[in-house]
Amino acid sequence: MASSHGAPPVFNNKVIAWIDHRLPIFSYLEKEYHTFPTPRNFNYFWNFGAIATVMLVLMIVTGIVLATNYTPHVLMAFDSVERIDRDVPSGWLMRDLHMNGASFFFIAVYIHIFRGMYYGSYKAPRELLWLLGVVIFLLMMATAFMGYVLPWGQMSFWGATVITNLFSAIPVVGDSIVTWLWGGFAIDNPTLNRFFALHYLLPFVIVGVVGLHVVALHVHGSNNPLGIDPKGPQDTVPFHPYYTMKDGFGVIVFLIVYSVFVFFMPDFLGHPDNYTPANPLVTPEHIVPEWYFLPFYAILRAIPDKLGGVICMFGAIAVLFLLPWLDTSRVRSCVFRPIYKWFMFVLVIDVIVLGYCGANPPEGYFVPLARVATLYYFFHFLLLLPILGKIERPLPLPPSIADAVLNKKAV
Amino acid sequence: MRRILVSGALALAALGLGAVAVAAEHTELKHQHWHFKGPFGTYDRAAAQRGFQVYKDVCAACHSLNLVAYRNLIDLGLTEAQVKGIAAEITVPDIGDDGSAIERPARPSDRFKKPFPNELAAAAANGGKAPPDLSVIVKAREGGPDYLYSLLTSYVPFDKLTPEQIKEFNVTKDDNFNLVFPGHRIAMPPPLADDKVQYTDGTKATLDQEARDVVEFLAWASEPHLEARNRTGIRVILFMLALAGLMYAVKRQVWADKH
Repeated sequence: MASSHGAPPVFNNKVIAWIDHRLPIFSYLEKEYHTFPTPRNFNYFWNFGAIATVMLVLMIVTGIVLATNYTPHVLMAFDSVERIDRDVPSGWLMRDLHMNGASFFFIAVYIHIFRGMYYGSYKAPRELLWLLGVVIFLLMMATAFMGYVLPWGQMSFWGATVITNLFSAIPVVGDSIVTWLWGGFAIDNPTLNRFFALHYLLPFVIVGVVGLHVVALHVHGSNNPLGIDPKGPQDTVPFHPYYTMKDGFGVIVFLIVYSVFVFFMPDFLGHPDNYTPANPLVTPEHIVPEWYFLPFYAILRAIPDKLGGVICMFGAIAVLFLLPWLDTSRVRSCVFRPIYKWFMFVLVIDVIVLGYCGANPPEGYFVPLARVATLYYFFHFLLLLPILGKIERPLPLPPSIADAVLNKKAV
Repeated sequence: MRRILVSGALALAALGLGAVAVAAEHTELKHQHWHFKGPFGTYDRAAAQRGFQVYKDVCAACHSLNLVAYRNLIDLGLTEAQVKGIAAEITVPDIGDDGSAIERPARPSDRFKKPFPNELAAAAANGGKAPPDLSVIVKAREGGPDYLYSLLTSYVPFDKLTPEQIKEFNVTKDDNFNLVFPGHRIAMPPPLADDKVQYTDGTKATLDQEARDVVEFLAWASEPHLEARNRTGIRVILFMLALAGLMYAVKRQVWADKH
């Protein structure tokens, strides 16, 4: 098969040639996943897009299997999940894969996001690619939140109570919105039913937006650790077999770590209270969301005002939408930004500190710590990024990717 | 790759710190060696069978085990005939062919009989709060088996309490004081004591032995598939390690001319 760039592929198989002449799916695959010119200098952080895709498919497959055995009713949901665990053949495996899969999907996506930030993958001409990614992230959060409600344990119920009540902070219409979300005047069966319906629907919306994300990616191709555009064939390799094989290796290493959790500590990332059936009359000592929401939960609680907390929590994601325009530096990659590079590491630490604050009750030194970390988070995006881009003097960029790769000392 | 591992380890460390901070609020648990811990863990069948006896003779008076059926006991090494015998000794309510309420001997397919007909009855008979169901109790408590073992063995009689403890926690003569229970005053009176049960296998029934055995049993009840999970996990990970090695070799081969 032809693998030179640009030439239309010639198919030897008559059936494939017949189909492709009428519906060019094979030409498309050939162009986008075989000969597609990809920068030759990716590091292993570039595996996480493929890893996230694998996790999305894994979540959908295990989720459909679980849905065939789950009962979305307040009196039966908890027991139906336990029945999957105990009596459905391999049910325990599907459930452990699914509940730990959510965590590992988020791990992959968080690394993917920070990779994009460190190497400036959100900058022109990839702003829409980045925005679609933030939309996927938002959809994932909604899906994960509603999925956590389905087992109808104590944390399911009280987590849903805390999060849906956030909307009551909206002036005038807040309470009506909460009633509308609940489908009644309390969290009850209608709430569980709609959360199940939406938890089943949203993953397919995510698939759609991932499709757009990939289309947008393939217009200008991937960014790379140097953040400079490929200037010719010497700077790129065909996607297959170079990156299919490298991604394949990365995916398997990631799945090994995931398997350690699934098979040897399936409840490590969960909360023990969710093995107590939901009881609207008993509030758990500390209500905490799943770990992947903790930084945002900390921001919510850091603000002493309810509406202010809600605005800041959503604002923490809203600033991600503005990121391509907040960053004023013309250099993409932190490799050539000697000052900003360190602030990226500080941001990662800041988010971990926020997560730590979110996991603990808002008392003692966690309160000022969460406030400082929240302040720093917004300082990073709203002040540091626009100003630093103007005053920082970037290191000289290498003439080309091939040049940098073949003369390692240039980097 | 190393950087990925480091960032992963950092994230996990942050999570771990959070868990430690939460657990440290209560009194230190008595950490035990459990047969089912670790990737090669299995249930100690003899201990779990003794634990079943403790549950049946002591706990079952107040605590239900709604998610476990008599047939599940076969997994603990009992024979089908033994399970039928255990079930047949118990009378369960049912509805007869003519629609009237009847009582009949339990079958292996029945779930464990509840000590009270409903939650209100359970609450009314126990000072206003129903004793929790024990089906997933080991997974439902921070510290799991160590917590339950510590709870069962950490009662302090009123006359052994220091005046400070009595004052600080507002303990009266009628209260049960437990060192590891959050708030220390627990509604459940000390359930176990030396020779509370007569073990059929001749093991000496000390408080410690009974507590360990019943926790082994309840751990099994909480997670009957633990052994299959561990077994599958070992196979999956060995397979994936081999596959990762092959993939790495292929990747090196493919990239050989590009470095």
